Amino acid sequence: MAKVKVKKQSTFIDMTAMSDVTVLLLTFFMTTSTFLAKEPIQVTTPASVSEIKIPETNLLTILVDKEGKVFLSMDNAEQKVATLKAVSEPYGITYTTKQIEAFRKLQSFGVPIRYMQTFLDLPIEKQDEELQNLKNKRVGVPADDDKIEDGRGVISSDNEFKRWVAAALDINEDLKIAIKSDQTTSYPVVKKIIDILRGDDLRRNRYLLITTLREGSSN
Amino acid sequence: MAEIQQSDHNDGGKNKQKKQHLRVDFTPMVDMNMLLITFFMFCTTLLKPQTMNINMPMKDENLTEEEKTKIKESGAVTLLLGANDELYYYLGIPKDQSTYDDSTYLVTSSYGVDGIRKVLLEKNTGTYEKIQELKAQLKEGTIVDSVFRTKSKEIQDAAKEYAPTVMIKPTELSTYKNMVDALDEMLITNIGAYAIIDLTEGDRFFLYQRTGNKEYLSEAGRAELEQK
Repeated sequence: MAKVKVKKQSTFIDMTAMSDVTVLLLTFFMTTSTFLAKEPIQVTTPASVSEIKIPETNLLTILVDKEGKVFLSMDNAEQKVATLKAVSEPYGITYTTKQIEAFRKLQSFGVPIRYMQTFLDLPIEKQDEELQNLKNKRVGVPADDDKIEDGRGVISSDNEFKRWVAAALDINEDLKIAIKSDQTTSYPVVKKIIDILRGDDLRRNRYLLITTLREGSSN
Repeated sequence: MAEIQQSDHNDGGKNKQKKQHLRVDFTPMVDMNMLLITFFMFCTTLLKPQTMNINMPMKDENLTEEEKTKIKESGAVTLLLGANDELYYYLGIPKDQSTYDDSTYLVTSSYGVDGIRKVLLEKNTGTYEKIQELKAQLKEGTIVDSVFRTKSKEIQDAAKEYAPTVMIKPTELSTYKNMVDALDEMLITNIGAYAIIDLTEGDRFFLYQRTGNKEYLSEAGRAELEQK
């Protein structure tokens, strides 16, 4: 019987080309991408057909969560620190260099000004933990005119949000205001923020609403 | 895992230098790259978020009154954004009690192609087509963005006499998404004049009448209803 000789074939596949492709892809991703900004709350922005890109500079982003907690972020770190100082001044709050440095690192901030020092002294992990607890009254920039208190004392006695925006606009006149909110946020929550901005103290009536591109839009 | 394969041609040559094939296995390298790519894909945003420009009317009371009188009755379209993504609209400006008694005055509509868009497109014919043409040109690249903007503004201004003025009135029961959707429809239908305005007592009454939901009413409206 003639044996059928099965030729032993090498299964070795040359991965060099594959490697080339992956390296190229990697380079592409590394160069074209900007890292996701760390935000204390995750929001799904509503979809829109508007194709206007968000400006990169001179932007004050107001992040509003479903319950109306407000977080602010500014693209310019120097202006951000200057704003912090301007807001704190009437309260007689001063910061150490270390605290300022910690503030500079924050992507977005949102704690009552009376609580800012304590917050900035916390290590970064603890800060995140603190912001995760949205039930905490000490999270979010107070946007109420009324006094807010909890067991540990007065949190805010006036509209700190208004002060922040006013101070930021004072430092940079060209600042554009962007509002970012979840699509399920009820309208009165957003309206409250817009009304503060429109109010007599700020008189701003141009905003950018941050949206995502609607799939299959055009028409 | 580099493999060195020896060539099999060993025909007894003495001291002949062996031909060596140096082959490096790239599989682990590819694995690692893939992992890195996945990491970058998860941690990055390729798309910058879009924004929508919105101009709110000045809060000055006197000014809004003036603006109100400016709106031509024939062109006025009022959108009422209700609860559960409901949308109602009416044309013109309600005059007296008879409009409130007229149950066909307020029309139930919806967001999207077959709903409010149809109505607005019908109202905005002419302007819509012209701007659509401009948009096509912009896409082809024959005009630049700034030209597009000035030209579309010109078209919208020219049509001011008969173009609709849309008043978007979100209720307390509507969501932020509803507001953005309504604004989006303005962009799609190329309407130049629109504003977000607070509800009037009459609008609240309309909605209450249609849905029977007391939450649409203001506190004063609710008190009045209870008195009756």
